[in-house]
Amino acid sequence: MLLAGQVLEVLLGGLLSGVLYSLVALGFVLIFKASGVFNFAQGAMVLLAGLAMVRCLDYLTHHEFPIWVAVLLALLFAAGIMALTAWLVQRFVLGPLVNQDGLTLFMATIGATFVLEGASQMIFGSDVYPLRLFPTDAWIIGDGIFPGGILINKLDVWGGLIAGLLVAGLAVFFQNTKTGRALRAVADDHAAAQSVGIPISWIWFVVWLVAGLVALVAATVWGTKLGVQFSITFLALKALPVLIIGGFTSVPGAIVGGLMVGAGEKLAEIYLGPHIGGGIEYWFAYVLALLVLLVRPQGLFGERIIERI
Amino acid sequence: MLYREAGQFKSSYAADMAIFPIRQDRVALLLLLAFAYVGVPLLAQLKIWPFGSDYLLRAILIPFLILALGTIGLNILMGYCGQISLGAGAFMAIGAYGAYKFANGVHLPLAWLGSEISIPPLPVLPSILLGGLMSALVGILFGMPSLRIKGLYLAVATLAAQFFFDWVFIRVKWFTNYTPSGSVTAPELKIFGLTFNTPSERYLFCLVFVSLFALMTKNLVRGNLGRQWMAIRDMDIAAELMGIRPLYAKLSAFAISSFVVGVAGALWAFVYLGAWEPLAFNIDRSFQLLFMVIIGGLGSILGSFLGAAFILILPIMLDQVPHALGIPVTVETVSLLVLIITGALICYLLIVEPLGFARLWSIGKEKLRLWPYPY
Repeated sequence: MLLAGQVLEVLLGGLLSGVLYSLVALGFVLIFKASGVFNFAQGAMVLLAGLAMVRCLDYLTHHEFPIWVAVLLALLFAAGIMALTAWLVQRFVLGPLVNQDGLTLFMATIGATFVLEGASQMIFGSDVYPLRLFPTDAWIIGDGIFPGGILINKLDVWGGLIAGLLVAGLAVFFQNTKTGRALRAVADDHAAAQSVGIPISWIWFVVWLVAGLVALVAATVWGTKLGVQFSITFLALKALPVLIIGGFTSVPGAIVGGLMVGAGEKLAEIYLGPHIGGGIEYWFAYVLALLVLLVRPQGLFGERIIERI
Repeated sequence: MLYREAGQFKSSYAADMAIFPIRQDRVALLLLLAFAYVGVPLLAQLKIWPFGSDYLLRAILIPFLILALGTIGLNILMGYCGQISLGAGAFMAIGAYGAYKFANGVHLPLAWLGSEISIPPLPVLPSILLGGLMSALVGILFGMPSLRIKGLYLAVATLAAQFFFDWVFIRVKWFTNYTPSGSVTAPELKIFGLTFNTPSERYLFCLVFVSLFALMTKNLVRGNLGRQWMAIRDMDIAAELMGIRPLYAKLSAFAISSFVVGVAGALWAFVYLGAWEPLAFNIDRSFQLLFMVIIGGLGSILGSFLGAAFILILPIMLDQVPHALGIPVTVETVSLLVLIITGALICYLLIVEPLGFARLWSIGKEKLRLWPYPY
């Protein structure tokens, strides 16, 4: 029973932390779906959102605002910053690059990443800023069933809840609103959407804004976990295997991919790691993704890639 | 007026297929090579400006040559064969550590066979080439998925190589010969009894490698193999229908590209760094090479050199600007500013000329050909 309890604890912890990867991967999927841009800047956007929020929060609490007002204002401020970023990116980087090759757009987002990383640290500072929005202690459940019980981090549960809400919200937004329908039309075919009068530049702004808000949500959770700091941008690299496992174009895929990567890498670290040197969390997700791709080249939930001559 | 091919008649097929068909190109290239081989070392010897100190050779020209070589390697894969790779840093690392192992002797005990592989320490030149060969083998292995995966999916898959080998060279102590810090030192650069110690000598060492490899690649990409790669790049299904074997074409591109990148990695470690740790070849290096390829121009050897020069020299120049102007700013602000300006310039260049410097160069040549008339 001891072993079963341990496996379950690792598995649950892994699944929940996988949801947190999904939070970052979601932003990628949204932008890729709507504009075919593989947005490498998502990690930098998480950093920017986190820094904007935590610095504003610090400032407001320093000036003795009540905590809930401060949190609300800080969230609004960060959302405003993300809107500004979305507009700038759309206006100055992607707008002029319409109809370019996917690789060129990808490179442009790497360029944008540098700018965002540099600018956000220059404006908001480059230290580690602790953020305490969610409880970080742990629950112990199932004490009677397994000896010692199972340890579950409350923050991870919060992360899971938020991710669930976010996906539900996005689904409603995509299915039931006019903008959402326009977004899906643009995703299907840029030119056709444009010809029926959907303003592409506005739609892309909305997509980048939504991705920015998803980045803000991810920043609140990850910022609580790690503190808001530069290394948060490496999340983008963690989210990439999640993305290709799930498929670039699938929102549920991002969630399932996140769960697989989270659970897989924790289990592998504990049961495989000691035999081959430890620290395999670093690459495990990528190798897993590679294996998935060999079986399904478009990821688990991606749209089937049809090629014509 | 000066740059015009009028009057240069080709009277044989060989002349028509020559590597540089225009006479002015040949003359310019020979002058450039003469300057690089004779002029630069001479100026450095006489300490004439800008070679007053070693700085220019040591910190700019040597890394420029090596990174240009790496860029040529990556350009074979991305520019000619159309397979995006974000793992170039890993292949540089494999070249570097492979060369290090061969230079220090390989002892690989194979416990389950009851024997061991044992190779005595090799001289520097074979070590570097064998390091490249190791990189080529791994390149073939990580090129396999390209037969099924395409485009950006493949790009992310190549990151697997990057992260896996970052980890391997940190964790598997065998590769670093069990040094406690994980940092290793290159052997003395000694070939056929000649020792390469001063910056000028090291510069010449790199220059020989780079010019030979550039010539080799230039010839390769205009031959049969290069045409197969380009057919695969332009549309792989159509190429396959025409009878080009994707397996052979893609894997040969991965192998040759990784070989060149691996040799560049070995040179980076042996000639430029001297002593290094795995961090020297992390993902930032991969992105650096990627930028050099894109900014220089996909599918252009000349572009590889231009891109390498731009991406390498830009941050160095930007670093100097506040100093030169006497503006007091902290080191941190400068590094952030450099980051912002580099990123913005990359975006700007992609918008103005998505095909890179190579395209600007050919536009310039076209203009020069017509000059002084507008058309």
